[in-house]
Order: sequence, then C-alpha cells, then structure tokens
Amino acid sequence: MIHARGLTRVFTMKKARVEAVRGIDLDVEAGQLVAFLGPNGAGKSTTLRMLTTLLPPTSGTATVAGRDVARDPAGVRARIGYVGQKNSAGENHRVRDELVTQGRCYGLSASEARDRAAELLALLDLEPLADRKPGTLSGGQRRRLDIALGLIHRPALLFLDEPSTGLDPRSRADIWAHILRLRETYGTTLFLTTHYLEEADSMAERVIIIDNGTIIADGTAGQLKNDLAGDHITITTHTERDAAEAARIAGATADGLTVTSRVAGAASALPELLRTLEAAGVKVATAETTRPTLDDVFLALTGRSLSDDDLPA
Amino acid sequence: MTTFLHDTTTIFRREFVPVVREPLGLVFEMGQPLLFLFLFGSLLDGAVGASWQWFVPGILVMMCLTGPLSSGYNLLVELIGGSMERLMVTPVDRTALLIGRALKEMTILFAQAVLIIVLALPLGFELHLAGAVAGVALLVVFGVGLGSLSFVLAMRSAPSGELFYVVTQGLLFPLLLLSGVLLPTDSGPAWLRVVGDVNPVTYIVEAQRALFAGDLTDVSVLYGAAMSFAVAALGLWLGNRAMRRGV
Repeated sequence: MIHARGLTRVFTMKKARVEAVRGIDLDVEAGQLVAFLGPNGAGKSTTLRMLTTLLPPTSGTATVAGRDVARDPAGVRARIGYVGQKNSAGENHRVRDELVTQGRCYGLSASEARDRAAELLALLDLEPLADRKPGTLSGGQRRRLDIALGLIHRPALLFLDEPSTGLDPRSRADIWAHILRLRETYGTTLFLTTHYLEEADSMAERVIIIDNGTIIADGTAGQLKNDLAGDHITITTHTERDAAEAARIAGATADGLTVTSRVAGAASALPELLRTLEAAGVKVATAETTRPTLDDVFLALTGRSLSDDDLPA
Repeated sequence: MTTFLHDTTTIFRREFVPVVREPLGLVFEMGQPLLFLFLFGSLLDGAVGASWQWFVPGILVMMCLTGPLSSGYNLLVELIGGSMERLMVTPVDRTALLIGRALKEMTILFAQAVLIIVLALPLGFELHLAGAVAGVALLVVFGVGLGSLSFVLAMRSAPSGELFYVVTQGLLFPLLLLSGVLLPTDSGPAWLRVVGDVNPVTYIVEAQRALFAGDLTDVSVLYGAAMSFAVAALGLWLGNRAMRRGV
C-alpha cells in the first residue's frame, strides 16, 4: 500500500538547511494498522505530508496506493483519505454540506455524495448534528466529522495525523472505537501518527519509531519491547547480604536491598528464580515483574524519554 | 475540462450556499457603502455639480475595493484551520479552488452593485443603461483580480496572518482616499494629483464616472478597462501559481 525509498525532505530556514526527513525506506502492506511514533520535530508530519502529496519530496520516491506521489499526485489523492492534525470542516459550512462538498471533490455525483454523507453521518454518530456548523460541536464530535470527511470516497488507505490529540480520555476511547469499527467494516489500511504511547501500544499492529528524520525502530509493540527494552524482575530482600547473593544468582547488580535484572519472559522466569533463591537460603521480601513500555524502548534507543519531548509544537 | 467545470461548480457552491442560507450577512456587509451613499451623497448634493452622477460610481468602486480586498480573509481562516489542507488532499482541480472562490466574490459584487444602483435611482441618479452595464462588468473584472491578489496575500500570510491585515488595512485607505473615489482631487495640491496618477484605482474611478454618464467613448474608459484587465490577469496568474504550488 505504501512503498517509500530514500524519502528525503530538506527545508531551508533562514538560509540554514534543515533535513526534516533523511532517506526513509518504508513498506506498509494492505490491511495493516501502523502507528508512526516520534517526538515533536522528528519528521512524522513531514513524512505524512509527503506521502499524501501535500509536500513534494526533495529526493527519493514513494508509491502510495499504487501511484507515484511525484509523477501522479492526482492519482494518489483519488485513492487515499487524509485526516489532518487540525479540524477539516470549514467554519461557515454545515456538517452535511461539507460532507457532500467533499464527495463532489472526489468526483462523486450529487446523489452519490448525498448517500455517502448520510451513511457516514450514521456510521460516526453524527446524524443529530448534520445541520449544525462545526463551531457548535464538541472536540470529539469535530474529530469524528474529520474522520467522516476522510472516508467519503471509501479510500483503501487512510492517513490520520494525531487523531486523538487534545481530546479528553472518553472522547479518545470513542474515536478509537470508531477507527477500529471502520477498519472492520471496510478493511481500510490505517497509517496514523500519535504521541500517546499507550495508544500505539494497545491499538497498532505495527509501530514505527522515527527520530531526527530517521526510522530507528520498526516492529510489533511486543517485539520492540522484547528486543530493545526487555522485561525486568525486581526483588527486594531484608539484608544487604541477601541482596548481594540474589544479585549473584540473577546475574544482576544490587542497589541497597533492591535487585533488578533484565530477563526475557519475566513472568515465567520469576517462579524459577524464586525457587533457586530459596534453595540458596536467600529470604526474598518482595518480587515483581515489569513489562517495558514503548517509552522504555525509545529511551533504550536514544537515551531520551519520549514523554519529556512531548511539548506542544 | 469537464472536471475543471465540475470542480469549479463544486467550490462555487460550497462558498455560495452559506450566503444563501444567511443572506442577512450580505446586507450587513453593505452597511458601509449604503451609509456612505445616503449620508455623504446627500451632503455632497450640489457641492460637486451633478452629485449622484459623480458619487454613485465612486461608491461602487469603494465597494469593489473593500469586498474583494478582504475576500482573502475567509481563505486565511481556512488556511489557519485545516479545511484548506483537507481540500488540497482531494483530487479537486487546484485552479478550480481559485476560480470557484473568485466566482462567488464576483456574484456578490455584482448583486451589491445592482442594489446600489437601484437604491440610488429614486435619489435622482440618472441611469444610462449601456454605460451602467459596461461599468458593472468592468468592476467585476477588477474585483476578480483584486480578490485573487487578496487570496495570494492570504496564502503568503498563513499561518500567522499578520501580513494580511497589515497589507489590506495599510492599502485600503490610501488607495481609496488618493483616487478621488469619495472627494474630488482636482482642486487638491499638485502632489496629490501626482499620487493620484500612479494610483491604479484613479483610472478605474474615472472610467466608471465616464461610463455611468453614458460616455462610452471617453478615453478614460480605455485606460480604466486596460487597468481592470491588467489587475485581473496579474491576480489570476499569481493566484493560480500559488494554488498549484500548494499550501
């Protein structure tokens, strides 16, 4: 669905060359749900803007939905849907009018556009709001309208730029329920950026992490966590002697009364470790396992925390 | 070509439907020209000879400056929000995005001009039909050019929009006051006349006054028409280039 090779974008700002995206290779197959993750300024939006024909690449190529973004931008546009970071509906226009206009922009006939608008109003629970202007809708309702606008022509591939940013937790959950539902209904391939790590973790089948314009990790959330951060077992003891002994057995170092070791599959390794410690006469006070988060993955890769970087752009 | 027409119609409809839904907005927008017409027109009555004949074309040109010049405002709002970006990702023809919008401005300008003329008739304004038709047509051409320039300015000003306000506000009053739209500059000091001569609006106003007086062959009509078409050509060329380059 998406095939990019050496995709690069250079901006010139105040005579300085800024490489926003540096030679990205990317392959996304049909039907995937991909989360594109990275701190602000990492190149997420620039990549998305190149893939959606809003910005011509400085170099490199990208084929999106079977069309080349540079040679046939109109062909790409006709085949993809796009939900931008900002709200997509014009303030002067009624919800239904904007949906019909959007359909007409994709070449639907007037009656087709009206039918599709009605269908999407129903799908996204917007029916009671159809004759209102966007300014009177709540943040979550506006976001649902944005998604409806992106779906008017039933694209096989939908790009979403920060679909749930700025929403309260309930609206976020609601938006996600709708995204997953439309995927089930239409089998749409979804490519989205987010900076909510737990969202990428729980929803996406594949997580791509970008930093400084380069892709630094790509895989399922589980793979990335196992390969790059790993599970941890943390044990505390009553005496420092026991802690030192436990550290020796677990192959870790003790910090006071606490011993932390990195193990693959911590939950199944823990009982075995406890038995070994008991046999060695070590008295364990507490034991727990921790699964890493995607933030731990980012930390392991860059030495920085993704959430620290998460300042408004 | 058929897609272009289809897309232009789509964009025109998008822009025009809200006007039809809330026609009162149009009347409020006309508040200033109407106030000028009734207030200043009556004050000037007798002061400049045949006052209505002189004043009504001036009001029309003023309307033709304020409306189109600020028409980029709506576009600016859409550029700052996400709706313009959303349209740019659809396969809609980029030139149609410009022409559809410009057509809406044209339609409104035309309706407003006709309304002003009709309202001025009972006050003693004398209508020379052929001249009036030519005059309104020229105004619409000029308005399209100015409107497109305003769109370009809006695109250049996004995302902050500051430039847009500075330029439109900074331009409007000098263009108006130094063109003799509202007050005759003939009796003013020499520098004022020199400034008036380089102001493109001066040529438009003089052409309008000749046309509305029924003087279709006056040389000022030629200059005014040339100026209108030049502004329209420049505006559409720059506007189209900016739209194609993307947001």
